[in-house]
Amino acid sequence: MNYWLVIGASFFYLALLFGLASWAERRSAAGRSFVGNPYIYALSIAVYCTAWTYYGSVGRAATTGLGYLAIYIGPTLMAPLWWVVLRKIIRICRVQRITTIADFISSRYGKNVTLGSIATIVCVLGIIPYISIQLKAIASSLDILTGANEVGRSPMFGDTSFFISLGLGLFTIVYGTRHVEATERHEGMVTAIAFESLFKLVIFIVAGVFVTYGVFNGFGDIMQQATQLPDFERMMTFDSDNGFSQWFWMVVLSMLAILFLPRQFQVAVVENVDEQHLNKAMWLFPLYLFAINIFVLPIAFGGDILFGNAGIDADMFVLAIPLNEGQSILALLIYLGGYSAATSMVIVATIALSVMISNNLVMPLLVGIPAIKNRYQNQFTKLLLFSRRLGILVILLLAYLYYKGVAEHYSLVEVGLVSFAAVAQFAPAIIGGIFWKEGTKNGALAGIVVGAAVWFYTLVVPSMVGVGMLPDAILEHGPLGIALLKPFELFGLQGMDYISHAMFWSMFLNVGLYIGVSLLSRQTSQERNQAEVFVDIFRYSTVFESSIVWKGTAYIPDIKSLLVNFLGEKKAEVALKAYKRKYPEPEDETGKADPKLVTYAEKVLSGVIGSSSARIMVASVVKEEKISIDEVLNILKESQQLISINNELRRKSLELRRATEQLRSANERLRHLDELKDEFLSTVTHELRTPLTSIRALSEILYDNPEMERADQEHFLQTIVKESERLTRLITHVLDLERFESGKQKLNLGPVQIEEVVRESVEVLGQLVQEKNIDLVVDVQHNLPVISGDKDRLMQVLVNLVSNAVKFCNPKQGRIIVSGYYIDGDIKVNVVDNGKGIDPEFHKQIFDKFYQAQNQNIRKPEGSGLGLAICKKIIESHQGRIWVESEPGKGSRFSFVLPVRVNVPANV
Amino acid sequence: MSTKEKLKVLVVDDEPSILMPLEFLMRKNGYQVYIARNGTEAMESVDKERPDVVLLDIMMPDVDGYEVCRHIRGQENMDGAKVIFMSAKTKDADIKKGYDVGADLYIPKPFSTRFLIEKIKELTKS
Repeated sequence: MNYWLVIGASFFYLALLFGLASWAERRSAAGRSFVGNPYIYALSIAVYCTAWTYYGSVGRAATTGLGYLAIYIGPTLMAPLWWVVLRKIIRICRVQRITTIADFISSRYGKNVTLGSIATIVCVLGIIPYISIQLKAIASSLDILTGANEVGRSPMFGDTSFFISLGLGLFTIVYGTRHVEATERHEGMVTAIAFESLFKLVIFIVAGVFVTYGVFNGFGDIMQQATQLPDFERMMTFDSDNGFSQWFWMVVLSMLAILFLPRQFQVAVVENVDEQHLNKAMWLFPLYLFAINIFVLPIAFGGDILFGNAGIDADMFVLAIPLNEGQSILALLIYLGGYSAATSMVIVATIALSVMISNNLVMPLLVGIPAIKNRYQNQFTKLLLFSRRLGILVILLLAYLYYKGVAEHYSLVEVGLVSFAAVAQFAPAIIGGIFWKEGTKNGALAGIVVGAAVWFYTLVVPSMVGVGMLPDAILEHGPLGIALLKPFELFGLQGMDYISHAMFWSMFLNVGLYIGVSLLSRQTSQERNQAEVFVDIFRYSTVFESSIVWKGTAYIPDIKSLLVNFLGEKKAEVALKAYKRKYPEPEDETGKADPKLVTYAEKVLSGVIGSSSARIMVASVVKEEKISIDEVLNILKESQQLISINNELRRKSLELRRATEQLRSANERLRHLDELKDEFLSTVTHELRTPLTSIRALSEILYDNPEMERADQEHFLQTIVKESERLTRLITHVLDLERFESGKQKLNLGPVQIEEVVRESVEVLGQLVQEKNIDLVVDVQHNLPVISGDKDRLMQVLVNLVSNAVKFCNPKQGRIIVSGYYIDGDIKVNVVDNGKGIDPEFHKQIFDKFYQAQNQNIRKPEGSGLGLAICKKIIESHQGRIWVESEPGKGSRFSFVLPVRVNVPANV
Repeated sequence: MSTKEKLKVLVVDDEPSILMPLEFLMRKNGYQVYIARNGTEAMESVDKERPDVVLLDIMMPDVDGYEVCRHIRGQENMDGAKVIFMSAKTKDADIKKGYDVGADLYIPKPFSTRFLIEKIKELTKS
């Protein structure tokens, strides 16, 4: 394929990435950030899968079989532990504004400069091989794709990979070093990385599908043919000699790598915006690993089958197969997928390393020398940015050189594992540091230095021997002929593969020295302070400023100018305002700074120049007093007690408030019920008074006037009877309603024919209807379904509705229609009159008890005021619904529906 | 008491079953009786007949008894008219309101007709 086309596509891809990142940053500035999304976070963690995965896994699988899986099993095993380990690290870094793994270690052990520098050096040395394999992968894939001949290339300037390194360096500079404050998140970068993760996954799966189903006939076909391969048996089984130890150490290595690789630390810790995102990442990331590994074996075996011993680098099978099949577009896409896997690693790793170099190597050096410090007083910001940019270029140059010198001769995985082993050396100091308060600076230093030395000796030295930089004799007979020091058989240990061997000795010595020296050495008060805060971070995170014990004299103007020097006027002001919000106490009149302000300023500075440099800078503008460890511990204990007392108080007062709230609402409810009852009682007694008044007056008159005319007497007695009936009715209704409301009323269920109910109800009222000369029409559909209900109660409803209609229909030409029919699974009954109608405003209220009594204007001459309320209860207990449609002057239509399949509590 | 000077009593209630015995009672005791079934009728009757005694229910469909009482008290030449509320409203606040709008007496329902007659006589003695 045309060389320039591929180069053009590569740069176009970078430009696309740049555009995506800028877009993401603009969106974030507009408040619609992508990184608030847990899926973006989980995808960004997949920066773990680099060219190593994309190309190297296939190569590894094609040559050694299943072993490639180990480095994905480790992170998968680690993911559930993130909640315990990673969340703690994230919280510590946020509270202390730690931005790199070297700063983390330095900070934990008393902000020690030496420790930070050594960690940085180990990191840079350790990661350079890793970056170099990305360069190698890009270069090799480019060669394969364009058919270039490796042998004919001229060194350095004629070499495409050199320019690719340079291009990546410039891209990273433009991209990663725009802001000086390293804690400021790189939202654009994270978005771009997440996109790259998605891109490489999709393309790799496409490639896998192509090989499996396009070239071969599915998984079965490939496996079938693969069994014919000479090495098949060996590849699909564990090596019985050292296979288990190799698996074990690979898993351990990758478990540590997923935590401590600088780029993982960058995306998982520094760029984390919400600890809750871990919840999703904990299962999404392993899922990603699984997805990207599905097609590794098919591609590897496919390559083995197709190419045999044709001399094609197994690392490049994924690209070589489509090319072999003449699929050049697909090959270009696959190349870009690999390119994205490689660039994402390079970008994140170099940004992380450059911050480390500037904050833990350059800055302490600069601020530690008074002459330089004074001279560049106001230019630290520029200096910082400059050192970071330079750092990026230097790292990439070193990686390029390593690639040309060493990595070119090894497989991707072999070189990558060297880097894994390097960062694993941080594990004891970090894991110990966040769970064990007794770990000391000297312990950490001894562990890391010796561990890294062993790493160098057992992994890097042999690789240099391998490419002829050192004599073979070192490997074969040991340096100076001392056999005990042979790099692959240190102290005579044999029978392990070289990675397991290196890991065994480096970790054994590292852990041993870390613990041993820690137990033997003493912590300074500052170390002790940091140890307490790190281990118990969840207790201190909200009160960080008061949990750092500081004694001395500092002046506010000094602190301010220090912040201005490193942050610039504007950001310094923002930072001080944030402090004021958190601690609004008035400033001291003498201008003395509160210890909390000093701690706060140091924390803010840490975010910019690293914690050890920040310590030096703060110490240089204040007068500090020595504090003993006991003092630190006492003050911390006090502040912790205060915190726990505070928490207890808050909890108690919350409980109290909740209880009060519950009591109040219960009281409210009771009072409301009480009011309702009072109102009901007063209405009932009120309704009783009217007929009683009549009865009493009539009886008294009858008694006092025995000479009354017969006709008058009869009229009086009739009225007494009628009023007594009215009283009885009222009492019955009150009791009825009470039974329904208290739930005591049970329905006497049986099969009910609505037609019969209507007919009987109308019969009851027949005489009344005739007397009033009302035209009553009954129109009930025949053969209505039988429903289950309480016939007497349903009759009560109908009698009530019809007698209301009788009362309210047009007094001159009364007309009432009672209809019933089946509709939508319900039986519907209507009672229509031609009375004066009801204002829609009252359509709901008329079903309330004593509604008329409370609204005297429509008070009617008779009735208890409870009839419709009881009707409503009866219909509702049949799971039906009752309502009225009416307009003033147009009559009323009362309707109810009863479901045909009613399921009501039966009479006991 | 001569027939010429028969006192005029207006009985106001929306309940026929109460109106009926009271009408009988007043006639029996020698009063000139007028009846009204609601507030509007009551006010018309007040304007027309100028009754000496008004037996007044409070809760009525249109205009309530309080309003009718205010109407009476707003009339000229009716200073001597006696207003007696008879109501099923028995709360202290209702009774107080009755006296506030100018009632001479407030009798809660149900009441004794003998007591009512006695009170009317007392009020109209002078």
